[in-house]
Amino acid sequence: MIKVMSQEQQPLLAVNNIHSYYGNIHALQGISLNIFEGEIVTLIGANGAGKSTTIRTVSGVMHPREGTIHFDGQPIHQFPAHNLVSKGISQSPEGRRIFPRLSVRDNLAMGAYKRNDRRAIRQDIERVYGLFPRLKERAKQYGGTLSGGEQQMLAIGRALMARPRLLLLDEPSMGLAPVLVEQIFEIIVRINKEEGTTILLVEQNALMALEVARRGYVLQTGMVVLHDNADALMHNEMVRRVYLGEE
Amino acid sequence: MSIDNQVFIQNVIIGLTVGGYLALIALGYTMVYGIIELINFAHGDLFAFGFFISLTIFAEINPEIPLHGSDLYFTLPAVALLTMLLTGSLNLAIDQIAYKPLRKAPRLAPLLTAVGISFMLEAIYAIWKGPIQIPYPRYFPKEDYMENEHVISFFSKLGMDITEWRIVSFTTKDLFLFGVTIPLVALLTLFIDRTRIGKAMRASAQDREAAMMMGINVNRIIASTFFVGGALAGVAGMVWGLYINSGRFTMGFEAGLMAFTSAVLGGIGNIRGAVLGAFIIGMIKAMSDSYIGSEWTRVVIFGILILMLVFRPSGILGSTQSIEKL
Repeated sequence: MIKVMSQEQQPLLAVNNIHSYYGNIHALQGISLNIFEGEIVTLIGANGAGKSTTIRTVSGVMHPREGTIHFDGQPIHQFPAHNLVSKGISQSPEGRRIFPRLSVRDNLAMGAYKRNDRRAIRQDIERVYGLFPRLKERAKQYGGTLSGGEQQMLAIGRALMARPRLLLLDEPSMGLAPVLVEQIFEIIVRINKEEGTTILLVEQNALMALEVARRGYVLQTGMVVLHDNADALMHNEMVRRVYLGEE
Repeated sequence: MSIDNQVFIQNVIIGLTVGGYLALIALGYTMVYGIIELINFAHGDLFAFGFFISLTIFAEINPEIPLHGSDLYFTLPAVALLTMLLTGSLNLAIDQIAYKPLRKAPRLAPLLTAVGISFMLEAIYAIWKGPIQIPYPRYFPKEDYMENEHVISFFSKLGMDITEWRIVSFTTKDLFLFGVTIPLVALLTLFIDRTRIGKAMRASAQDREAAMMMGINVNRIIASTFFVGGALAGVAGMVWGLYINSGRFTMGFEAGLMAFTSAVLGGIGNIRGAVLGAFIIGMIKAMSDSYIGSEWTRVVIFGILILMLVFRPSGILGSTQSIEKL
């Protein structure tokens, strides 16, 4: 079910012309994008195009030197990362970043660090176990002992524990076997449909990403070169050639 | 029982007491290292601060010596809490002023700063209390359980005449030291293992950026780590003062090096490792003092430190981070 968005509706996330740097490297050169409540939006692009930097800047791990980011109408681009979680933004970062010497359960509990409702947290842990039964089997194991796929499930589960309004997923399919990639994407769609969680999805696997997303932005060397509905992008000649690997 | 066996038993008791107070100091070393990878060379001097500040507090209160009645059951714990609060706050202040601005600097910068802070604190103690051996009044009542009628009759029922064991003594002070250090070590371990803040400390130690992404205010977590580490070192200084009844401005340096060795031995960054390492070092110190000669003890202990750093830098239980990165 896709809601019809009018242009006047306020986006949940409004990124306006942001410039981010790593030292002297000008990684984002004026990125703008909007995400509306309930959408899945994907960023596609080659390595180094600025996808992860965009996620890092939105989540407050990095701050833009120029430009603004508004979440739910409020400017957030100068907020420290730890304040954004209670605002409603959480993420499954690139490389998963599981706490290797905390148990699976404690990793999930850390996702709910900013929440105080103990009973609801326990219910949410069960809900994550429902989405990813493997995690339940491994509940007491250290995060570092999990396989790559299990760690990815844990990273997504951990991000869900914050009950985000906006979920940032950075390369959830990286390094996973094709069967697992399918599973992860099914769950991404479920989270979006069942909980109404808005999702910003960064992917190298452009085909999968465009299949689940409503809209997409194509990034090249720190700039948005194209944005459109996912269907349109999938039929766009340039996208097909460069990102979907067609001759 | 033969004299040799009695000496051995006595050495074990001494080893455990030394291990107990070293464990409290080593925990602070290992916690701070775990979270910001800083070998806080000033940490031992926090132990000395606990010694001196509790001495001053006692002098202000001026209780009857030895403590008895309400002084023993109320004033003593109150002084301990105040000492913990003050030493913890001092450590927190040192971090905010001296280390925090260097959080993103190369590691050598905060390390050298810590050495500088250590010199500074020792100079302050020398001016404050004098550069001499300072007596710590015998506030804690001392009674040897080996001379206690009930204990003697209990052992005689088991067929042992402990009045023959002239060399062994186990006093109220030994019990007091165990009674403070062991529960505190256990409480801290539980705190780190079970509580939300303890888990956040471990999460921040394992991946600082990921911890921020969870909403953890890592700066606040680091500050709490310094406070808790300082408080433990402070109470160790006080308890050690009550136990050994003397000290001097450099006492923190010596204790700090032994505690640091303990932390490395157990695996720096590893909480249980620090405790294990402290009791091993305590035992080695007691045995070396007695069988090799106390003038050799430092050689033995630092020899172990060097061997560990060369052959097993990750320690017995495994370090959380490799110390080679230093």
